[in-house]
Amino acid sequence: MTRPRTTERAAVGRPPPVLLAPAVIAVGFLLLPLAALLARMPWRTLPEHLGSPVLAQALSLSLRTSLAAMAVCAVLGVPLAWVLARTDFPGRSLLRVAVTVPLVLPPVVAGVALLSTFGRQGVLGGLVYDLTGATLAFTTTAVVVAHAFVALPFFVLSVEGALRSADAEYDVVAATLGASRWRTFTRVTLPLALPGVLAGLVLGWARSLGEFGATITFAGNFPGTTQTMPLLVYTELQRDPDAAVVVSVILLAVSIAVLALLRERWFNQVVR
Amino acid sequence: MTGAFLDAHVVVRRPGHELDVALSAEPGDVVAVVGPNGSGKSTLVRALAGLDPLSEGHVTCGGVAWDGGRRPPVRVQDRALGLVFQRQLLFPHLSALDNVAFGPRSRGTPRREARDVARRWLERLGVDELADRRPHQLSGGQAQRVAVARALATDPALLLLDEPLSALDVAVAMNLRFELARHLEDFPGVTVLVTHDAIDAMTVANRVLVLDEGRVAQTGTPAEVARRPRTEHVARLVGLNVLRGTAAGTGVLLADGTELVTTTRADGEVFACFGPAAVALAVDPPTGSARNRLHGTVRSVVPHGEAVRVHLEAGRAGPGLIADVTPGSAAALGLAPGRAVWATVKATDVSVYGDETAPLPSRHG
Repeated sequence: MTRPRTTERAAVGRPPPVLLAPAVIAVGFLLLPLAALLARMPWRTLPEHLGSPVLAQALSLSLRTSLAAMAVCAVLGVPLAWVLARTDFPGRSLLRVAVTVPLVLPPVVAGVALLSTFGRQGVLGGLVYDLTGATLAFTTTAVVVAHAFVALPFFVLSVEGALRSADAEYDVVAATLGASRWRTFTRVTLPLALPGVLAGLVLGWARSLGEFGATITFAGNFPGTTQTMPLLVYTELQRDPDAAVVVSVILLAVSIAVLALLRERWFNQVVR
Repeated sequence: MTGAFLDAHVVVRRPGHELDVALSAEPGDVVAVVGPNGSGKSTLVRALAGLDPLSEGHVTCGGVAWDGGRRPPVRVQDRALGLVFQRQLLFPHLSALDNVAFGPRSRGTPRREARDVARRWLERLGVDELADRRPHQLSGGQAQRVAVARALATDPALLLLDEPLSALDVAVAMNLRFELARHLEDFPGVTVLVTHDAIDAMTVANRVLVLDEGRVAQTGTPAEVARRPRTEHVARLVGLNVLRGTAAGTGVLLADGTELVTTTRADGEVFACFGPAAVALAVDPPTGSARNRLHGTVRSVVPHGEAVRVHLEAGRAGPGLIADVTPGSAAALGLAPGRAVWATVKATDVSVYGDETAPLPSRHG
């Protein structure tokens, strides 16, 4: 007596409208703005928008600064994640909380905090300015610093998770085979956590590509040196809304590509 | 026992547990460590490897003080040891060959040479054609062979095998057991083999260390330990009944008040031992010549070769017993868990030995 699944499902009753209606509204609420963005796309003038040197400048700056920020994240973030995942010291959980604070910090506040540190009158920046006359604020480097600051917590949490799920017993095996802790890290721990590191880089990169508040506060909005894609959207919206839509759609495409990349990774993990 | 190749006194204290084991062995020795779960077998291995710190004691191996001197303990990576785990723990991102080459590489051997060493070890273990496979492409038995090759490739002075066969299928484990015995014969260092299996201890080891609650309960050759087990765990492993009691003449008074009659004179704390085939079962109170009668309840009935092995619980808090009967009598007696039965053992079938390894002076009467 096997009955088709549909009948079985019907046995628990139809989905109640009280639940269905808000769900439909939620989907519309999430997707309608994206559709509207595409609908407002100025297809006819698209070639000249795409050929605009301001857009090329912003796109190139965004790519360069976000990739540089990821390099900073990898160099500083992997060791921090390793310390959090593999060592034990008093105050470690407190440190983890402190590291994640920038995650919930409003980006503008992050910008002000960076100014207070690296600005001309900042705690560190003031010292450096007095000694060398150079300042970090409102330079391309400042964009990288702002991006790294907001992306690092994402990255560290992702890598720490990957390190924790990679069996620590492999580290023990490596030690019994005579490997130093550094060799164990480079030859065993890191390769095993590599998918997590890559996912962390993609997540952090997406975060960095969309960064607005900290960048505009700490680095300003100067075409060619600090005007990244999101800043260009903001600027163009006041001058030429069509151009703003074009830049926005490019960012949307990048976001979807990142999502696809991550989905691929999750899928692979499930298969393994 | 100073001056032994491996000379260890391992004391590890943890809340609720204490391990205190002295162990010494000479090159070529294979020491099987047996004991129930929680008896401290794995802690002993981890402490010898330096993975768990000693609370007290020392470990000296091949003339090098690994732990317990005035200097801080030698780090795990600087000890000449090989460790094989129950879960093989082959590095999943490396081929079988690179897994085996990892040890030599870590100890500074150039890449090409390390790979040659690795290939030779894979050959010796009979898995050289699997050199390029990743661990997930290997069967359990193949992976464990690679793991053994990996541990041996660093030429360790001390080889620690932590239940290397217990995660494998019975047939696979049986094959690997005999191969392992052959490889360990050629191995110049000391091997410590943790096992739950009496066959491992009998076929592979030349010495057995029985642990019970963190202490050495017995040590000797496999044959000695099998003939005269001193713990219920080992008795069960080798398939014997061992009861502890106090002897006075030819009687042995057990902890629950039952008195066994034997034909061996002894005094003081002794073990009374008899095989499962020496136990006869009956439903009615027996009237034969057998002097030892124990009333008990059947706990389980399982096939054992051509016979049926019956586990009994004698008396209220009495000892657990095993008895082998033919399938015919098991059916005739209606043996099933919960069934009340009488177990009888002839006095002449009970051997008695004391806390000394040497047999007690006995006089048959």
